[in-house]
Amino acid sequence: MFGKLSLESIPYHEPIIMVVAAFMAIGGIALLGALTYYRKWSWLWNEWFTSVDHKKLGIMYFIVALVMLLRGFSDAIMMRTQQAMAAGGAAGYLPPEHYDQIFTAHGVIMIFFVAMPMVIGLMNLVVPLQIGARDVAFPFLNNLSFWLFAVAAILVNISLVVGEFAKTGWLAYAPLSGIEFSPGVGVDYWIWALQISGIGTTLTGINFFVTILKMRTKGMTMFRMPIFTWTSLCANVLIIASFPILTATIALLTLDRYLGMHFFTNDFGGNMMMYVNLIWAWGHPEVYILILPAFGVFSEVISTFARKRLFGYMTMVWATIAITLLSFIVWLHHFFTMGAGANVNAFFGIMTMIIAIPTGVKVFNWLFTMFRGSLELTSPVLWTLGFIITFTLGGMTGVMLAVPAANFVLHNSLFVIAHFHNVIIGGVVFGMMAGLTFWFPKAFGFTLSEKWGKRSFWCWFIGFYVAFMPLYVLAFFGAVRRMQSYANPEWQPWMILAWVGAVIIMMGIACTVIQFWVSIRDRKLNADVTGDPWDGRTLEWSTSSPAPFYNFARLPEVGDIDSFWSQKQRSNEQLEEAPYTDIHMPRNTVAGPVISLFALVLGFALVWHIWWLAAVGAIGVMGSFIARVFNDDVDYYVPAAEVERIEREHQQRVKNSESYQSVADVERAERKHQRYVEV
Amino acid sequence: MATDTLHHGASLEPHEHHDAAGTKVFGFWVYLMSDLVIFGSLFATYAVLMKGTAGGPTAADIFELPFVLVETFLLLVSSFTFGMGVLAMNANRINQVKAWLAVTFLLGAAFVGMEIYEFQHLIHQGYGPDRSAFLSSFFTLVGTHGLHVTFGLIWILVMLVQLSTKGLNDMTRPRILCLSLFWHFLDIVWICVFSFVYLMGVL
Amino acid sequence: MSHSSSSSANAHGSVKSYVTGLVLSLILTIIPFAVVMSGALSILSTVIVVAVTAVLQILVQLVMFMHMNTKADEGWNLMSFVFTLTILVLVVGGSLWIMQHLHLNMMIG
Repeated sequence: MFGKLSLESIPYHEPIIMVVAAFMAIGGIALLGALTYYRKWSWLWNEWFTSVDHKKLGIMYFIVALVMLLRGFSDAIMMRTQQAMAAGGAAGYLPPEHYDQIFTAHGVIMIFFVAMPMVIGLMNLVVPLQIGARDVAFPFLNNLSFWLFAVAAILVNISLVVGEFAKTGWLAYAPLSGIEFSPGVGVDYWIWALQISGIGTTLTGINFFVTILKMRTKGMTMFRMPIFTWTSLCANVLIIASFPILTATIALLTLDRYLGMHFFTNDFGGNMMMYVNLIWAWGHPEVYILILPAFGVFSEVISTFARKRLFGYMTMVWATIAITLLSFIVWLHHFFTMGAGANVNAFFGIMTMIIAIPTGVKVFNWLFTMFRGSLELTSPVLWTLGFIITFTLGGMTGVMLAVPAANFVLHNSLFVIAHFHNVIIGGVVFGMMAGLTFWFPKAFGFTLSEKWGKRSFWCWFIGFYVAFMPLYVLAFFGAVRRMQSYANPEWQPWMILAWVGAVIIMMGIACTVIQFWVSIRDRKLNADVTGDPWDGRTLEWSTSSPAPFYNFARLPEVGDIDSFWSQKQRSNEQLEEAPYTDIHMPRNTVAGPVISLFALVLGFALVWHIWWLAAVGAIGVMGSFIARVFNDDVDYYVPAAEVERIEREHQQRVKNSESYQSVADVERAERKHQRYVEV
Repeated sequence: MATDTLHHGASLEPHEHHDAAGTKVFGFWVYLMSDLVIFGSLFATYAVLMKGTAGGPTAADIFELPFVLVETFLLLVSSFTFGMGVLAMNANRINQVKAWLAVTFLLGAAFVGMEIYEFQHLIHQGYGPDRSAFLSSFFTLVGTHGLHVTFGLIWILVMLVQLSTKGLNDMTRPRILCLSLFWHFLDIVWICVFSFVYLMGVL
Repeated sequence: MSHSSSSSANAHGSVKSYVTGLVLSLILTIIPFAVVMSGALSILSTVIVVAVTAVLQILVQLVMFMHMNTKADEGWNLMSFVFTLTILVLVVGGSLWIMQHLHLNMMIG
């Protein structure tokens, strides 16, 4: 009746998990209780859950990502603690089968449920505004994409308290992940969480690709788009072309596990090397999906705070396109040692080194943008400077790894771990923090506390080096990855140092939490009244903060790059008062959350082999989708009068505020004045 | 949130109705590109594993080309009949659209029926997808294509219902265009299947 | 069923283009089946015939049934198709190259 599921599936005898579960339960009940007490359920459902507004979806993506960051980071600190303790054969506090789940969950959560949603969340919030559009091409699919991602995150969290997670590492290599060697439910949770969220991601890729190509405002040719939009476009191309490979590969593993097929088994003609090959053909483009939008953030941040047009717009665009293409011919560098031989290894090694070149072009462009600009050292700029240093170092270790002969020594060592954290933290995390700070006022109408933002940055920056430089050292001593314990006690001091670094990073995360608290508390003081808190250059800053749900009362017309900046320079006069018009908007959707809920049921049922429940889930998914297809009431028109009312309200607020400046404006003016005085 | 208006034509923005249908069809085309990559991965897997027969049957042992030829004709003609349906739609002849769609459905269903028969026959002989890596990849590649055709059949049924209840309008027309792209795409994938799996398999 | 304006005929097809497509496809199907089933040619020649007729039939159906052209969607239609094909050549071709070498060196598969 319940397949493999029973009460024994709950890990009662694992104290750590039970404590965490208790906290999760208490937190969950508190949240649900608060929502009920303050009568916020219908608000939550109508304003947020069923919304097709790209801005709200972007915010929700980021919120889920930040929550999952807490879980992913808890995994990290648990691993660091274990490794700091388990020297010279000591057992530490995490037995291997628990430790293996932790490093697997850490990787899966950080990549799929923290980094990806942050990137997708920023793209959602910003891209339609930057191209002067009202929404994305397919708003319903956008909502569906978010919910598919969210239920996949829920599935991963359920795995903590019901059953177990995979113990295979984040990519679940076969044959270890096959049914023979992983008969439990862990790999199945991995499979269905990734398949469900993967469909959401692929839909997002299609959605934004079409949006950027088809819905740019009048006058915005391809080569007048902001760089963040360009990098998003290329990231979405990568998603469309690479995620199907992941879908297919996981499906083949699923067929092996559920129907006894022999794609990747040891026997009956299976070839597990094909799994490794396919999964990395997806996996390499995946990391570029993460980093390209981060590059885009840095371009926007630098040009805004250096008050200077980005240097080398065209080379930036072509470098991004080059990276997009090249990212599809380097994937073998993840398995040089699997045995394809010298010729194959040499080709992929050389291609990997070549891909560093367009990245280098970008770094120089950022540096040249800063040169002779007047760079204001706000926290987004600090994140950017930290990125330039850290990512460059990490990239260099990548080029070292790209040499096949060196790779034969370094493969699966802590060098690899240090390298990819170097580029992912230095690149993606720093980029997302910069983007979060930069676009937060656009999303919420007030700026974040600069003081706590800078503190967070310094903790992350220092913490990163303290945590990961010891790993490079240990790699040269011979330390490998995924060690639950190790024999050589001389490694322990370095492990302890790495643990200290992780604690410093934890303080950085705490600073961000405090930053949110303080900023929300002081939101009236730090209100972004004009919608343009940074004196920005691109179209999103021409709207109010937060932007109205229809984005632009009149769709803007664009004449060059950084058109909002040029518009501001040209004149301060009032725009001609063209009449307001009715605006065509999409309605909210119930189908998005409902389809995804059935997908959650389907996924959970398949994990536990509860076949009747899986059928319910599958029929529910299909049925709700078909019901949506028969729904004609999917859009409406906002009357021009309503648009006018909202616009006048914003204009009045701006006029009122011109008589006094917000604290943030005063502080900023003071800082600028200080700098000039010092010089 | 705002309320509906009764009419909006007069005060609408100049480029408001910018080809929503065209955007949908283009978006569907992009989805087909992602589907192409899925099939590409399955073809690559088949190519790598097709020699992995593990003492079981080889391609030459189990493929029956006359059977496959009939399947091919069914699908090919169904692609043609769908095209006729689209022409009828452009000419606003809704009853003809439904007729052509119905014919397409029958041909497609016959195709799927033949494929199910072939699979079931192989499994009955002990040559199911769990017998060897070759059979796993054959069943999966051909089966994935068949599954897509089946979804297409369900979609045709949905469109027949929608055409009956809503007629040809701004919602149903782009959907029929998308479905036509889907259907033709599946025939193109089938060309690769019969060429590289069946025909080359028996050589 | 025929259209009066030729431009819409180009964009949406016509009976003529669909019939031509069908006939060409039938021919391009019968040829490879005949060559394989009769065993008339050498294996290499057969493979070439099958591959070439497949590619031709795909092109026929792309143009005649799916109306692929350089104008649709400002050329993005064609460009995304070419890009996807490129990726497929790289990934499928690259995978075959890699797996062949792994097979030689590692004695699996």
